[in-house]
Amino acid sequence: MSATSADAPPPPAPPAAARPAAPPRSRRRGVELSLTVAAVLVSVYGYAEVGLATRGAVPGDAAGYGAGLALLAVLAHLAVRARAPYADPLLLPIAVLLNGFGLVLIYRLDLEPSLGPRAAPTQLVWSTLGITLFVLVVLALDDHRVLARYSYVGVTAALALMAAPIFFPAVNGAKIWIRFAGFSIQPGEFAKVLLAVFFAAYLSANRAALAYTGRQVFGLRRLQLPTGRVLGPVLAIWLLSVGLLVLERDLGTSLLFFGLFVVLLYVATGRTGWVAVGLLLSAAGAVAVSSLEPHVHSRVEDWLHPFASIDAGLGPGQLAQSLFAFGNGAVLGTGLGQGHPELIGFATKSDFILATPGEELGLAGLCALLALYALLVARGMQAGLALRDPFGRLLAVGLATILALQVFVITGGVTDLIPLTGMAMPFLAQGGSSVVTNWIIVALLIRVSDSARRPPPEPPEDTP
Amino acid sequence: MIRCIRRCAVLGLVLLLALAVNAVRVMVVDAGKSAHDPANRRIAIARYQHPRGGILAGGRTVTGSQDTGSQLAYARTYRDGPLYAPVTGFASQTYGTSLLEGTEDGLLSGTSSRLASVPLWNEITRNRQRPGDVHTTIDPAAQKAAYEGLAGRRGAVAALDPATGRILALVSSPSYDPGLLSGTGPAVTAQWQRLNDDPAQPMLDRAIRQTYPPGSAFKVVTAAAALESGAVTDLLAPTDSPDPYRLPGTTWSLTNEGRGCADASVYDAFRVSCNTVFAKLGADVGQSAMARQAEAFGFNDTRLRIPPGVAKSNFDTAMSPDQVALSSIGQFDTTATPLQMAMVAAAVGNGGELMTPYLVDRVTNHGGAVVARTGPVRMHRAVSEDTAEQLQQLMEAVVSDGTGTNAAIPGAVVGGKTGTAQHGVGNKGTPYAWFISYAKPPGASRAAVAVAVVVEDAEAARADISGGGSAAPIARDVMRSVLAAPPHPYGPRGGAG
Repeated sequence: MSATSADAPPPPAPPAAARPAAPPRSRRRGVELSLTVAAVLVSVYGYAEVGLATRGAVPGDAAGYGAGLALLAVLAHLAVRARAPYADPLLLPIAVLLNGFGLVLIYRLDLEPSLGPRAAPTQLVWSTLGITLFVLVVLALDDHRVLARYSYVGVTAALALMAAPIFFPAVNGAKIWIRFAGFSIQPGEFAKVLLAVFFAAYLSANRAALAYTGRQVFGLRRLQLPTGRVLGPVLAIWLLSVGLLVLERDLGTSLLFFGLFVVLLYVATGRTGWVAVGLLLSAAGAVAVSSLEPHVHSRVEDWLHPFASIDAGLGPGQLAQSLFAFGNGAVLGTGLGQGHPELIGFATKSDFILATPGEELGLAGLCALLALYALLVARGMQAGLALRDPFGRLLAVGLATILALQVFVITGGVTDLIPLTGMAMPFLAQGGSSVVTNWIIVALLIRVSDSARRPPPEPPEDTP
Repeated sequence: MIRCIRRCAVLGLVLLLALAVNAVRVMVVDAGKSAHDPANRRIAIARYQHPRGGILAGGRTVTGSQDTGSQLAYARTYRDGPLYAPVTGFASQTYGTSLLEGTEDGLLSGTSSRLASVPLWNEITRNRQRPGDVHTTIDPAAQKAAYEGLAGRRGAVAALDPATGRILALVSSPSYDPGLLSGTGPAVTAQWQRLNDDPAQPMLDRAIRQTYPPGSAFKVVTAAAALESGAVTDLLAPTDSPDPYRLPGTTWSLTNEGRGCADASVYDAFRVSCNTVFAKLGADVGQSAMARQAEAFGFNDTRLRIPPGVAKSNFDTAMSPDQVALSSIGQFDTTATPLQMAMVAAAVGNGGELMTPYLVDRVTNHGGAVVARTGPVRMHRAVSEDTAEQLQQLMEAVVSDGTGTNAAIPGAVVGGKTGTAQHGVGNKGTPYAWFISYAKPPGASRAAVAVAVVVEDAEAARADISGGGSAAPIARDVMRSVLAAPPHPYGPRGGAG
């Protein structure tokens, strides 16, 4: 400390060979398991709470419900542990929590006789089917890249599925249902995943051509149009699907497909111009549809003047009732089972299901729900960032976008931020096809996140 | 690609923030607005989710709540509904509230912040308080005596404790059962329609919301003005008044029903109710002194709340001398509620001190702790002690040896004044029979009860020179029932429970 001064030699660098081997990357399966158990407990607590608030007693089947949900969740966890050990540990618990809470909500709404027949048992059957499919996908799908091979088969199936409801009678003005043997299926829901796979596969295969060939529009490089041969098939399929949906008056899903297409095109090509074109097209489409379709026009009117029917002496409309419900919830909510979602009437269990947690759990509960969805979306995007293959990236982003757009469109719709468009809140809303589809989406996200987080294979170590 | 995915994620974040900000707008900023939107049925549902607080008379609740099993769970029930309707009013899920049900609604429905032990915390949690009870000043025995005395005839009774202003009885007849309006549905609508179409106006609270020409009962006020202004110094001295009396500035002559009114003394004129003497007295005292005296008794006051609002009793402030003369015998534009005339009698019986009338003794929270209490509040000194004493002589003479002998109660000192008010075009309507009075318990110097009775369709009244025939017996029964009860302590009653 005295003699050694400026000219003291620097401390010797540690020898490269002595660097300790990187610890084995944590797989975080334990975290996933404990969070999943917590998600089941929260759902069972909610179930008991509804019973306590409305009947003064814990529902008799709370234990059975909890055991069933726990069994399904643990099976799903075991499947992930076995076949996707590096998967993001948050995806499964969030899905279990959202699905479990959705069941609680529907059970709670079933207590209001004015809202129609009971829906929770059916929803439970569909949830079971959804989790079973989740397990099957996780077990059967080794590598997400396999999907790219079947993208054309998938998209053909998607179009067929979407076309099918045309031959079935309309329900509440929309021809989006297939009914048989007492079940009703919304094939457009399944088509979402198939279309996302197709878009991801096609765009990843052709992204170079999309990005660098073709004519420039107005001499702008950012608006370079790809050649018809490259853009043609994807544009055709997209137009076909949106056209079908317009025919069936399923505006929510057509909006979703449009947004999905624009986002994936942007991510694949990196051209901001596509976003501009997309926004312009959607604006034009929105104006055209809202002026041509009286149904849509009234939705826009409702959005701008949600309380107009009250002033006209006709009593509150559905959107006004929804806003009343949210207002009644305020910051902390009335408590599960203690609101009045029955006042919203028709579609309380489906499009308007968010009004119930809004009223009964308040702003706090609503923000918690939105945070769960945001986490799900963010983890999907993160997987997209970490993946190395373009197909996987686009698939992850596409799946996350499907979730994000649905959540935004529904939440924005029922809270009067944007015009209302009928869509199912992922995992919460009543609807079998939707629950099943969302479980498949989560399964695919598990698969891509597993690839994204899997450490690269260790190079063979030199042993002297 | 990485950059684009990042941007997509940022866009997602922006959308999430938009949702959150909008949620704050809907659920916090605009929440109050939607909570008060009458189209929001939650208000009504929350309101009727729990039984409503009680309204009590004499320590017993006269109201109840019944679970109807419908969305608006609890409907109001009433015990002796028609008897207490002029006090309670109605609380209807269809038509809102009236009278005490209306003015004390926050307390009865549990929304009043007065019920919260920690008001600020209550604002945050928005917990509904358990409703409180309203203890009225009504004396059930007096109420019943008044109601039975009217026996379904059109009319009203108001009774006061002169020393405190406590309202002991408030009766309107014919009455209705407010329970018929409690719920929802066609039965309630039909009842509402029927009650509103009924020409007898059963929902009108005649005791405080209807004014009548007070007729000769107003002569108490005229006598008070004459004494206070010095126009009369000796009750027994003959007044210089002709019979008939030609109204000043007109050719119309006023006559009397009885005889012996020419130059009669104030004492005799009051006893037999001479119109000529008091019309002339009023004209002599003059417009402004008359109005001042009437106002000292509570006339022309639009602000009186007991807490339900009381209709304004009128004494015009700009009149010609002939109009003043007519007003001084309770005709022309002079009108009064029964409560107002009870206040006149009460002020006289209380040595000239007028106490503010009140109907709510105290309100308690669910646990029985007193949330608020009404105490005696002096309103005005209506007349001096001397004048009050002279007025008492006059009123007591009416009962002992005048038109009001029907009101006499053995053992008690009773003062009164009859009135028969002509009304209708050319006085064609059935006259209103009035009787206002006070009663002192044996040995007491101040009155313990003051009553005003008005009977609209007094059959015998036209022939009768006064309300002594039909109204005085009702007043007597009410006073007797109050005197029979143990005297009421003016301080807190029954502790906090």
